Amino acid sequence: MARYDRRVSTEPLRDLLAGAFPDATELEVIDRTGGGDHFQVVVTAASLSGLSLVEQHRRVYEALSVPLADGTIHELRIKTKGAA
Amino acid sequence: MSYSEKIKEVIDGSDVALFMKGTPAFVMCGNSDRALQALRRAGAPVTAVDVLPDPTIRQELSAISGWPTIPQVFVKGELVGGADIVEELEQSGELELKLRERLGDDYAAARDEQTVALNAG
Repeated sequence: MARYDRRVSTEPLRDLLAGAFPDATELEVIDRTGGGDHFQVVVTAASLSGLSLVEQHRRVYEALSVPLADGTIHELRIKTKGAA
Repeated sequence: MSYSEKIKEVIDGSDVALFMKGTPAFVMCGNSDRALQALRRAGAPVTAVDVLPDPTIRQELSAISGWPTIPQVFVKGELVGGADIVEELEQSGELELKLRERLGDDYAAARDEQTVALNAG
């Protein structure tokens, strides 16, 4: 039996973030528990520069609004940075 | 009074408002606990509101703040963020700076922690 591949759950989120942050220099999605619903995302992008952390996180929430609303994401940890 | 009005009253009327799952005495979610512990380390005078008694509280709070997740932390009416931001700001020392700036240098003297229950109607 094939082992569960965590990319099954992280790839769709990564695609959404890549679409929202085409300038990202760092983009990471981690399935924290292997259960496909607790995620850590890390985004570094020039388009986040100069924004407050609240605004930076809002951009991430907007990018992931569908999986947040439909329950795919049960818990989300966010780490954002503006790139120089 | 509706939940919305009560939520706004807590946000605007509290030095530090923490909307969380559970109460400081009985925390029901790891992220709410992360926010609470970071606020405690910074010596923040926390007014906590449990969003769990009625799902409407959470919906109306998110409609007001434009923030989709719980916990949510406000200082003098301003959204500071959720658990990740509050932890990050606490670790960098910026949370303490913000509290000093908004609440005054002796903000930690009181060390209050109170819980407010919201009831509709």
